[in-house]
Amino acid sequence: MKLIQSIWNYRGFILGSVKRDFQFKYQNSLLGILWIVLQPLSMILVYTLIFSQVMHAKFPGSTNPLTYSIYLCSGILAWGLFSEISTRATNTFIENANLLKKINFPRICLPIIVVLNAALNFIIIFSLFTIFLLLSGNFPGVTFLAVLPLLGTLILLAIGVGISLGVLNVFFRDVGQFFTIFLQFWFWLTPIVYLKSILPEWVQMWIAYNPMEPVIAGFQQTIAGQAWPNWISLLYPLGVALLACIVAATLFRRHVGDMMDEL
Amino acid sequence: MSSLIVSGLGKAYKQYASRWARLAEWITPGHRTRHHLHWVLQDINFTLKPGEAMGIIGINGAGKSTLLKMIAGTIQPTLGEIKVSGKLAALLELGMGFHPDFTGRENAMMAGQLLGHTADEMQMVMSNILDFAEIGEYIDQPVRVYSSGMQMRLAFSVATAFRPDVLVVDEALSVGDAYFQHKSFERIRQYRALGTTLLIVSHDKAAIQSICDRAILINGGQLAQEGKPEDIMNYYNALLADKGRHEIKFNQTSSGQTQVISGTGEASIQSVRLLNSQGQAIEVVGVGQAVALEVMIRINQDIPELVMGYLVKDRLGQDIFGSNTHHLQQVLHGLVKGEEITFAIKFPANLGVGSYSVAIALHSASNHIANNYEWHELAVIFSVVNMQYPEFIGSSWLNPALKITR
Repeated sequence: MKLIQSIWNYRGFILGSVKRDFQFKYQNSLLGILWIVLQPLSMILVYTLIFSQVMHAKFPGSTNPLTYSIYLCSGILAWGLFSEISTRATNTFIENANLLKKINFPRICLPIIVVLNAALNFIIIFSLFTIFLLLSGNFPGVTFLAVLPLLGTLILLAIGVGISLGVLNVFFRDVGQFFTIFLQFWFWLTPIVYLKSILPEWVQMWIAYNPMEPVIAGFQQTIAGQAWPNWISLLYPLGVALLACIVAATLFRRHVGDMMDEL
Repeated sequence: MSSLIVSGLGKAYKQYASRWARLAEWITPGHRTRHHLHWVLQDINFTLKPGEAMGIIGINGAGKSTLLKMIAGTIQPTLGEIKVSGKLAALLELGMGFHPDFTGRENAMMAGQLLGHTADEMQMVMSNILDFAEIGEYIDQPVRVYSSGMQMRLAFSVATAFRPDVLVVDEALSVGDAYFQHKSFERIRQYRALGTTLLIVSHDKAAIQSICDRAILINGGQLAQEGKPEDIMNYYNALLADKGRHEIKFNQTSSGQTQVISGTGEASIQSVRLLNSQGQAIEVVGVGQAVALEVMIRINQDIPELVMGYLVKDRLGQDIFGSNTHHLQQVLHGLVKGEEITFAIKFPANLGVGSYSVAIALHSASNHIANNYEWHELAVIFSVVNMQYPEFIGSSWLNPALKITR
């Protein structure tokens, strides 16, 4: 309760920082806000060009030429949110050392700013994606609501992992470096660009341990498959997410004092 | 009612042999300690009442900033407790964590929000902040183009935009020019009158003495001395000279002031007197009267070189006049044990009305930092009264010759 109270008291700072971060990122560029869209768009374009012919045949019974693009978009946008939150949370304490050393404020504000910032970017691009779905007649209808619990799970997992690594990163800078590499592998070990079904049996078995797999699959199922996601399969990532958050809270509480000495 | 209580405060940093040792401590079962604690502050206790101002004095690395950071809450104490009642504002180092790419206005806004004010509150006081900081059109330029003085002006203006209950200032003000220092001290005085408690670290003797009710000396991570700013400043000077080689003595003079005597003792001061032109010791001097300062010393060990220095200070401990036999080009050489020497310095007491003291130092070279044989604060105390001149104010008699033409 005290935590929530202090976050509420510092809402001005949190919202102000989100606004400033957002402005700062784009105010000195000519195309401004367009860059939020251009970056994932180019990625989608590349993957579509390279993989659509290979993958298209893998969608059984699909006659819609956009199916693969929509499948790809739903996975990449969701993954983008996850990777933005987790990498930025990993570095947030180090990046804000200057601030942390000079002013006493609730440290928890920093990861919250990270989440809100990433969420803002996500909302912009996801709205555009939704508009595209509506215009092209591929909007899934009521199952689209499943996006909300999926997003909840994804953010919880991202922030749990992010804060845990963020605390560790202050003491062992290797963590940040390692996570960047690890995230690359994680991306390719999650069926985002490809379909799970193209993998050999034994790999599919191992991929079941990847907590991001059911979440991404949920997005793909909801948006590209136009069906409700497999709720049971989401219990595993939700469990991992809660565990990550508990680890994060424990690490944070135990080491926040030493953290300030180390920065 | 106290606004700040610091009790049993200590801070230690964990030191590991290597990064791997830390990792090992974290992950091995049982968490066996693999670090040793490096204590930078130990057993600090003090209490401040609303409206009180305390100066913190000490050499670099004594632990002053660590103490302030703990009070400000940016680092956590290893031991002990800090109780702050009310709102605390801290000005630690330069700039309150300003972001170099944002404008002064944006940074002021953000710093204010970081102190827990809302955007609306900040909008309301923004014009006051800008007026006080006086950085003109720079306010809409990115902070990276600011001089350190400008950053400090802005930071001070933001930190004191609302009257805090406790204000903590860490040397930051020394960056500002005389004009702004004056202005900021004026604001601090106003806030103190309204009940703000001040805690300030400074090497600026005049600042500490003019604004603080008391002072503490931090030395080697411990609270070495607590008392009136003037006494603590004297003690600090003695400490600078001493570097831990010799004990420092405190004597209470008859008037209740604290006399500091320190030094290594190769030479010692036997007596110090202020004499009138008839050679009689006096304690009251008329403005402009010819007097002589007589210093008798004894050599306790053979020393190659000796300089005697004296410093006249006013009631607040501010320097009025000081010099030494080095600057007067009469350095003594080849002194032998048992020798007794008398110095006599004649001067007209062209001083303002008030009470003065004289400090005497025996050392080698041009100042007392190198070899301090003996340092004696408040060796003589005398009062100056105006018996023959027209009335005037200030610390010196500047012998006016008035000529009016009309």
